[in-house]
Amino acid sequence: MSGPNSPVVILDRVGRRFGAQVALDEVSACIRPGEFVAIVGRSGAGKTTLLRCLSRAIVPTEGAVRMGGQDLRPLTGGALRAQRARVGVIYQQFNLVKRLRVLDNVLVGRLPHLRGWRRFTAPLGLFGADQREAALRCLDHVGLLGRAWQRTDTLSGGEQQRVAIAKILAQEPRLILADEPVASLDVMNGALVMETLRRIASRAGLTVISTLHHVDYARRYADRVLGLRAGRLAFDGPARELTDAAIVEIFGALPDADRVEIEPAIPLGEPALVTG
Amino acid sequence: MTSPLAGILAGPPPLAPPRHSELGRSLLATLGLAVALGLAARVIELRPLELFRDVGNVGIFLRGYLHPSFAHIGEYTWQCVVTVCIALWGTLMAMFISIPLGLLGARNLSPHPVVYFAARRTMDVLRAVNEFVFALMFVTAVGLGPFAGMLALGIHTGGVLGKLLSETIEGIDPGQAEGVAAVGAGRLNVIAFGVVPQVLPNFLSYVLLRFESDIRSAAVIGMVGGGGIGFYLWDTIRSFKDGEAATVILLIVAMVMCTDVISSRIRRAAI
Repeated sequence: MSGPNSPVVILDRVGRRFGAQVALDEVSACIRPGEFVAIVGRSGAGKTTLLRCLSRAIVPTEGAVRMGGQDLRPLTGGALRAQRARVGVIYQQFNLVKRLRVLDNVLVGRLPHLRGWRRFTAPLGLFGADQREAALRCLDHVGLLGRAWQRTDTLSGGEQQRVAIAKILAQEPRLILADEPVASLDVMNGALVMETLRRIASRAGLTVISTLHHVDYARRYADRVLGLRAGRLAFDGPARELTDAAIVEIFGALPDADRVEIEPAIPLGEPALVTG
Repeated sequence: MTSPLAGILAGPPPLAPPRHSELGRSLLATLGLAVALGLAARVIELRPLELFRDVGNVGIFLRGYLHPSFAHIGEYTWQCVVTVCIALWGTLMAMFISIPLGLLGARNLSPHPVVYFAARRTMDVLRAVNEFVFALMFVTAVGLGPFAGMLALGIHTGGVLGKLLSETIEGIDPGQAEGVAAVGAGRLNVIAFGVVPQVLPNFLSYVLLRFESDIRSAAVIGMVGGGGIGFYLWDTIRSFKDGEAATVILLIVAMVMCTDVISSRIRRAAI
């Protein structure tokens, strides 16, 4: 049933309500292996809710999320942990253990792969030389080998997000979910993180689904874009088809980089500003 | 020259002040506190003048303490060592009691509300019962001596450290633990990698603080048969051997000061 080209993820009319509020409404999509998918939309459009349904942090109230032909809803205990091991998650706030060394955070990604007695020594920090070498190779891959023995909170935000990518590499997932991976980074570090993600995804043939609030990032790095508007799928197509018209369809207006829309909290008297 | 911000700073108040005056409420609270303190003073028969009227008696009593007797200094010093040993093992025992209780009694980690409730109430009982009461119980179980004192300290401090640990765990950054759980790690690994690194510095600091406090408790627990210098303190005071009692008190003060200095040095170096 699951051939090399069968879908990694199937969203089957997924809906999610929080009380009376509808966060997701009949979202259907089919994600194929190796696709780099960006989810875009305004704040509150349901991007994070959709991603949390995919990571099974929450369960849809309507429809189903299927991975490898399996509905995620009924999973519990060991089956749920096995499912989590198959999905790597990257967070806006990195979610690394700050007081641990960089290498230890990468080794955490190896936890689901430990076999035999190593599973019992790992909680004490004893992973074995082979696991440590694997983790070091993952760090080398994101260009942070020199940081291996440093405490994680001594690294910059961009470096921490790349450590998180190294941890995902060590985890060997089939799917990577990223929730606003560059939202708390500056432009240079954001681009570096996105390029690292793009590179490892295309080299290993990994599927990536990422929420992005910058349309530019989606255009530059994604193969396919899902646009959400008020919980409904307003756009589903290749990134190159994300025209200005499509953006208006998703966002309701064209987001202009030069025009920052901030409503002043205090109505400023125009003449007073001029006389200064 | 008009300020450029005159438009913001001038004009009618955008928000009216709250109607209830703070002053009236403060006066009421002060009055209530004064009444409560007055009643409490009558209950405890607070008569400060008597302290001055009979101050001469205190002088006579204290005069005996001006000449410490060093006849049994060797024995007393050894009993101070015993006291430190009681505190050391008592605190260690408390650590091992507090870890499971603290994990099960942390809201964000407890496997079930019933387990949470049971762990919390157990810690409440351990803290509510004074170490002296536990010492009296253990003396009947294991006989007079330092072992009973160590058990009493360990079990009471276990409740205290357990509560501190559970509250530290409840204050962790959940994102860091979520990052570990997200790779499919089991509960033990989530604790080992996501929780322990976050709470360890605080926990060790609490353990050292409680060790200092356990030294002070161990110094008097001998009064109820828990071993250590406390027995000699009680015995010399009760039999009016003022010179001997003075020596014992001096040794206790020296011991407490030394352990406080050493423990705070360790705390600063290690954490």
